[in-house]
Amino acid sequence: MSAVLADIHKTDMSKSVGSAATKAIAPSKGGRPWTFYVLATLFSLYVIALYGPMFCIYILSFQDIRGGLVFPMKGHSLHWFVDLFTQVRTGDVKGSFDRSIKLAVIVTAITVVVSFLAGLGFRKRFRGDTFVFYMMIGSLVAPGLVLGLGTGLLFQALGLNASWYTSALGAQLSWTLPFGVLVMFAVMSRFNHVWEEAAYDLGASRWQSIRLVMIPVLAPGLVAVALFGFTLSYDEFARSLQTAGSLNTLPLEIWSMTLNVTSPSLYALGTVTTIVSFVVIGASLGSIVLIQKKRGSSAKA
Amino acid sequence: MQPSPSSAQAPPRANLAGWLYVSPLVLVLVPFFVAPILVVLAASFFATDGFGGLTPEFTLASYVEVLHSALTLKLYLATIKFTVLTWIFTLIIGFFVAYFLVFHVRNQLLAIGLFLLCTVPFWTSNIIRMISWIPLLGKEGLINQALLALGVIRQPLEVLLFSDLAVVIAYVHQLTIFMIVPIFNSMARIDKKLIEAAIDAGASRFDILRLIVVPMSKSGIALGTIFVVSIVMGDFFVVKVMSGGGSASVVSAFYEDVGVLQYPTAAASAVLLTLVLVAIVSLILRTVDIRQEITR
Repeated sequence: MSAVLADIHKTDMSKSVGSAATKAIAPSKGGRPWTFYVLATLFSLYVIALYGPMFCIYILSFQDIRGGLVFPMKGHSLHWFVDLFTQVRTGDVKGSFDRSIKLAVIVTAITVVVSFLAGLGFRKRFRGDTFVFYMMIGSLVAPGLVLGLGTGLLFQALGLNASWYTSALGAQLSWTLPFGVLVMFAVMSRFNHVWEEAAYDLGASRWQSIRLVMIPVLAPGLVAVALFGFTLSYDEFARSLQTAGSLNTLPLEIWSMTLNVTSPSLYALGTVTTIVSFVVIGASLGSIVLIQKKRGSSAKA
Repeated sequence: MQPSPSSAQAPPRANLAGWLYVSPLVLVLVPFFVAPILVVLAASFFATDGFGGLTPEFTLASYVEVLHSALTLKLYLATIKFTVLTWIFTLIIGFFVAYFLVFHVRNQLLAIGLFLLCTVPFWTSNIIRMISWIPLLGKEGLINQALLALGVIRQPLEVLLFSDLAVVIAYVHQLTIFMIVPIFNSMARIDKKLIEAAIDAGASRFDILRLIVVPMSKSGIALGTIFVVSIVMGDFFVVKVMSGGGSASVVSAFYEDVGVLQYPTAAASAVLLTLVLVAIVSLILRTVDIRQEITR
């Protein structure tokens, strides 16, 4: 996903180079090779398979009280959304929703700051950097459930209470930080050192160069790190399972619903969480585009 | 981010500054990654009273139990089966989707737009995406309804949902994105002039794919493989939900063990799984320097 940002940066440059060069496999003018049609079909099928099932449950969540888990649609209403937030038998959806949002905001803030600092640190080699790097990769690939259990047992051994804002927070950070740092790597590799050096030459302190040069230049990348932090935390399940304590986060609530609830409430919950995800994705991508546009116009002026 | 030649030559001040910058990261990873792993490792050597209580006596009993059980072999075979199948399908789909976007879409902005279209579901809930197969694959689902209406089958197919097939479908659905992104990233860096030169020299489309595109996307394939393999091997909830309890994997057995408070056996099996995972990942890392790959 880091490539997205990289390529948003690159578009302006590659437009001029790209026109003549893409001729080889896919000619930029004239007829397209047969492979285009085969691969275009594959791509369309992939996108349909990617979104199709999700749209099915969004549609099915708007059934009325007779609704079931499969098509055909039985009427249409908002019954299952009301049911979701009022019925006791579906569990504490509202509370877990609140907790998940709060937790995701905290995780996002920490992920952005810590990933940014680590990104700065990894720009130069230092003794032990490879060790820290592989520790991070280890944290990324380790089975989440095992790490969660380890964290839970650790808290138990230390006599601490597991809760969503302590143990689950840490367990989620062990998942979001490696992603955040990897995105920072991709972002930083496109940062031009000349700007930073120019700032030093003009007498800026280290802090001034970070605050006045690096953060503004890297802002789109930092927004992307925030997007990763928020969505990975908001949807995190395996690492939270043994660490959230007595109060559930939203994915844990959904998990217990998949085991007990066989009504379209489950789909309604899916629709609600997806709307939240889309609002966050939209806001992030929108702000990246806005930052880029602002730059474009100020560069012209 | 050009790494300077060697860390041994780095001046002490650079070492200190580097560690200062990464110290917050280390302060999170030590208590929430290193320590839990050590706790699980320690627990695997402990004796248990069978009710969740652990006594700190060194014993290999849990390992003996895990390694002697016929179930272990079965679980590993099932896990490897799911991993290999998922890897093959995600690799084929991921490679050709990336290939299409990089080499066949002429408009750069359109390519990025289509790429983003593929990545959006990654940012939504995995559990929701998994249960969204129920209205399609279920006994009264759309696929069965369609096949019955067309007269292809008389009885609804039961293997579609709550089966190994459903597990693999759910994995491929969730994880293909982890192949597309790194492969797209390395393909986008291939200099198009190289391909033009190959065409001028008389290479066929297949030659270009075999001799230029595949070798030059190797690092992306390696990165994608690490993601897919580690996620499938560490998963338990897809296998639990989509197989309807009919299949199990190493981690889903671990989950059951934890449920009945068999911590030492669960821990021993987790340690073995982690060792297998480390072996696979380090084998892949030998073929590609991912740090250089990402920072390049």
